[in-house]
Amino acid sequence: MKAIKYAAGAAAVMFAVASAQAGDFKPAVVFDMGGKFDKSFNEGVYNGVERFKSEAGTKYREFEVTNETQREQAIRKMAQRGSNPVLGIGFAQGPAIEKVATEFPDTNFAIIDMVVDKPNVQSIVFKEHEGSFLVGVLAAMASKSGKVGFVGGMDIPLIRKFACGFAQGAKHANADVEVIQNMTGSTPSAWNDPGRGAELTKGQFDRGVDVVFAAAGGTGIGVYQAAADAGKYAIGVDSNQNHLHPGTMLTSMLKRVDVAAYNVFKSSSEGKFVPGMNVLGLAEGGVGWALDEHNEKLISAEMKAAVDQAEADIIAGKIVVQDYMSDNKCDY
Amino acid sequence: MSTKVKKPLPVWADVALIPLINILLALFVAGLIVLAIGEDPFEALEILILGAFGYEESLGYTLYYTTNFIFTGLAVAVAFHASLFNIGGEGQAYIGGLGVGLILLALDGILPFWMLLPLAIMAAALFGTAWVAVPAYLQAYRGSHIVITTIMFNFIAYFLMNYLLVDVIKAPAQMSPESRVFADNAHMPFMHEILGWFGIETAATPLNGSLFWAVVCCIFVWIFIWRTRWGYMLRTVGQNESAAQYAGIDSRKIVMVALGISGALAGFVGMNEVMGVHHKVLLNFVAGYGFTGIAVSLMGRNHPVGIVLASLLFGILYQGGAELAFEIPAFSREFVVAIQGLIILFCGALTYMCKPWIEGLFYMLQSDPKPAEKEA
Amino acid sequence: MANTETLVEMVQPESESSPAAINLRGISKAFGPVQANDDVNLSVPKGTIHGIVGENGAGKSTLMSILYGFYEADRGDIYISGKKTKIKNSTDAIKAGIGMVHQHFMLVDNFTVLENIMLGAESGAMLSGSIAAARTELERLEREYGLFVNLDAITEELPVGEQQRVEILKALYRGAEILILDEPTGVLTPQETDQLFKILDSLRSQGVTVILITHKLREIMAITNNVSIMRQGKIVADRKTSETNREELAELMVGRKVRIEIDKDDPNPQAMLLDVDNLTVTDSQGIDRLDHVSFGIRAGEIVGIAGVSGNGQSELLEALSGIQPVSEGSFVLNGVTVNANNPKDAAEIRDLGCAHVPEDRLRLGLVKTFNAAESSILGYHLDPAYNGRILTKPDAIRNHCADLMESFDVRPRDPSLKSANFSGGNQQKLILAREMKDKPSVLLVGQPTRGVDIGAIEFIHKQIVAMRDEGSAILLVSVELDEVMSLADRILVMFEGRIVGEVSGKDADEKTLGLMMANALPRNNKQKQEGQA
Repeated sequence: MKAIKYAAGAAAVMFAVASAQAGDFKPAVVFDMGGKFDKSFNEGVYNGVERFKSEAGTKYREFEVTNETQREQAIRKMAQRGSNPVLGIGFAQGPAIEKVATEFPDTNFAIIDMVVDKPNVQSIVFKEHEGSFLVGVLAAMASKSGKVGFVGGMDIPLIRKFACGFAQGAKHANADVEVIQNMTGSTPSAWNDPGRGAELTKGQFDRGVDVVFAAAGGTGIGVYQAAADAGKYAIGVDSNQNHLHPGTMLTSMLKRVDVAAYNVFKSSSEGKFVPGMNVLGLAEGGVGWALDEHNEKLISAEMKAAVDQAEADIIAGKIVVQDYMSDNKCDY
Repeated sequence: MSTKVKKPLPVWADVALIPLINILLALFVAGLIVLAIGEDPFEALEILILGAFGYEESLGYTLYYTTNFIFTGLAVAVAFHASLFNIGGEGQAYIGGLGVGLILLALDGILPFWMLLPLAIMAAALFGTAWVAVPAYLQAYRGSHIVITTIMFNFIAYFLMNYLLVDVIKAPAQMSPESRVFADNAHMPFMHEILGWFGIETAATPLNGSLFWAVVCCIFVWIFIWRTRWGYMLRTVGQNESAAQYAGIDSRKIVMVALGISGALAGFVGMNEVMGVHHKVLLNFVAGYGFTGIAVSLMGRNHPVGIVLASLLFGILYQGGAELAFEIPAFSREFVVAIQGLIILFCGALTYMCKPWIEGLFYMLQSDPKPAEKEA
Repeated sequence: MANTETLVEMVQPESESSPAAINLRGISKAFGPVQANDDVNLSVPKGTIHGIVGENGAGKSTLMSILYGFYEADRGDIYISGKKTKIKNSTDAIKAGIGMVHQHFMLVDNFTVLENIMLGAESGAMLSGSIAAARTELERLEREYGLFVNLDAITEELPVGEQQRVEILKALYRGAEILILDEPTGVLTPQETDQLFKILDSLRSQGVTVILITHKLREIMAITNNVSIMRQGKIVADRKTSETNREELAELMVGRKVRIEIDKDDPNPQAMLLDVDNLTVTDSQGIDRLDHVSFGIRAGEIVGIAGVSGNGQSELLEALSGIQPVSEGSFVLNGVTVNANNPKDAAEIRDLGCAHVPEDRLRLGLVKTFNAAESSILGYHLDPAYNGRILTKPDAIRNHCADLMESFDVRPRDPSLKSANFSGGNQQKLILAREMKDKPSVLLVGQPTRGVDIGAIEFIHKQIVAMRDEGSAILLVSVELDEVMSLADRILVMFEGRIVGEVSGKDADEKTLGLMMANALPRNNKQKQEGQA
């Protein structure tokens, strides 16, 4: 019975490809290779869509891809099953979204961290460099040694973008500051290697670093632990991680993928899905830095003033933060 | 004197019955787990099988995975016939893809497809071979164990590709560490395009012309291993190195040749992925196919026919497994990997677990008629 | 073996009435269509040595494998000391007090002797305690039976003869009361054989029951109390040894008269085809395994090498056949000089017209997993007769193999049967056929008749003499002194890697050779011999 039902369903999907109506609200999300519990990017999205689910009471379809080829397959399948909107996570899903969005012009798509120029796609990108700039300012001001560190996850342009903004911000606050950078690795496992993260951090501490910023997914856990053990400062990333080690977590650079994901579902459910570019920088509140009860004692009034000033200057265009990915280089 | 080995099972039992029983055992255990998480195992099995064969698109994906597994399975098998365990299919496939990509990036605007295709095949083979050449040399002439060196070369491949894609061949003004997309004339035609030429309309899938090359490779491997003097020497070295020495076979050269061919076969995964599916050089396209090739080869008894069947099985598991994760929310992708792991465990690692029982069964069945005859 | 003395006293006078140590009733075993054992009845009284003789494939090994638990009989019962006993595996057999020394040793090559003996008999999880105890016990056994082996030597580095002693020690260590020996003397020198027989004799006098499987009728006559003769899976006769003779046994075995003497003319040596000059092979530890050996072989003569196994014969064969590199000195083969600066591998040596029948056929001579056809071209696999430009010619290879099988009566005549599934004698015939087919000008032969039945031995010997008469130069290495004496025109004796003496085949007698092999000739005589060499 079930077999028949299933086969019939599959066949129906094939012939009814174009029947999905823009008005139907059946949200779906395709997580990328890190998986939805990656303690980072995908998990941020997961939290966002879960929040939507509990608030709106609407279930969503989900899939976690395990290889390159599955991205397109999964996104197409979502569209075939009438999901709308389909949310893709990560720049790597860009080409797949682009292709499938062409095949299904009546379905809405959204993608985080990538620009896909299609009339039915909302592209959500963040100005990570701006957020990184701010925590760079804080790092340089908190540092007594004049050396700050950066631990990246997998060595890809996006992470270099974080690193570059961070370095620029640090040098903005203190032109003499030295920024020491390490990448954890070159495979996706670099996103989830706390041991290696701790090792790199200790190495940086040995070289005089006393504030370290980690943009490394799950690897960051090791970085924060190492900083807590050594009594030095660490800066979290993506979500507010200040609570992890109150006292040594200087701050967290926020990248609100959860908000972005939530908003995609929310706006769609209200029939207000807007295709096109959705650039979330400081001005839009898409990035920022975290100040809460866990770190308020660590941030002096002077530091807060400086970082607020920098934020205002960036929003006003007085400070231009270099985007590594615009020209593949970093001057800082 | 009679031999001291037990009489072997009939060939069909060895190559078909035992793997089948192993698969059933694996499915049985997997079914128990499915039951434990509160889902219906039969429904899961239906979804798995229908998800792999049920409609055109799924079949295309299944065969696309199969293509990769045939390449890596053959790669492991050829080395295995020389008693070598090439565990570096992953890296060789990765670098093979790099070779294909470099050739196509350099010449895609210049040469027509029919000239690019042989060049890409050669590039995949050459780069794959080159990547195994150092481990092979170290094994043959310096006695470094091939398992260790090929694993290390997998890591070197990851880092090399990462460096190249992030810093050297990345197309400007884009986020992803990927090369630019090749010109259309450098794409291996998709199967739905090929069938389209004959007027057969099918769903678009990643399955492409590389499947034909995989079949060619199967035939090549069979001929090479069993119908050429080089294959003869290779098997001699693999089965009895002393006898090889007695026969005047230079086992060091054979090690180089066996691993070289193995690397080339693994490199063709790069062709399927880079030229056939993605049309650009990108990161992590190997996605474990190299490692799965070991299980495929083990299950396929290092024979091309067995490898094709085992590849198909793993294709089903990959595609049907994705379908499971898609259809049943309780099935995470980790769960699908666990089922694949069970199959590998029962069919690969525990291949011979139930052989004694089956042999016993055969003896019982075979010796039964004898007393009956006597009585009659 | 604790209360043996009282046991012996008890058993000996009333051996007729006390239960037999082993009593097999109606044992049958079939492998597919082959009836390996057919209703076998065998009774072995306690404290006797019982010989079992038969041609290759007569079912001796199968019978013993059933007794030792490798196979289960299709039908029939086993009684040990009068008690019906189920033996399903070797653990059951060991429990029943049965020990076995196999024709092909069951030793782990890279274990030490001690580790091999202890394998499967360890007590407790930690080895260290039981190792010390085992060492003490083994040293006692070694002293008692004169079976000296270096317990710390790596097994694969020992000569075959010593490996066998390890096997015997292993069985004794497990407290065997019944000892099965499968072709035990095939690898031993006469002295070692004598020593083995002394051991068996003393075991017998202590009440141990010994079953001896052999081809060698001389040994049956020398040591056994009773003998059973097997043919085609059946026991065709039981004899008291004192009431039979070699001729009768040989006839019962093969069912026809066999000549044990070899009929050959005087040699007619021609040109020197193999000239060995100060040939030396040094092993990885710097020991000269072959120590400045010089001799020559002319067309039309057979030169035999006698020696206790492990005295450099294997290295001589391997150096001359290109398997081992020459460390020092040289040899001239058909006019081509081979030395350390001009090495030749096995293929090149073969191309120079030198064929090689290796001593250890399973290790070197064939590939067990290959079918007979594939094994039949080992070493000749590049021959254009079997190869096209790219593809091999399977039909040509099959036909070649079928020819070899026909010419040397290899049974079964099935080129597609796995090499491992042929009996030892038939494997050997296939290898001999392969190496002799092309009428090589020089033939190196190691242990040509090891484990081969009488009918085949005679045939093989005839072939070797025929090759000599056709003008081949033949180097024969054998631990069978009978074989060397009857085949060789000249006999060289090797000891510790050197040639210590030479006698002509005609004048050779077993005693002198035996003394030379032990390097125990009176001083004058020995120096004379060395001077000649």
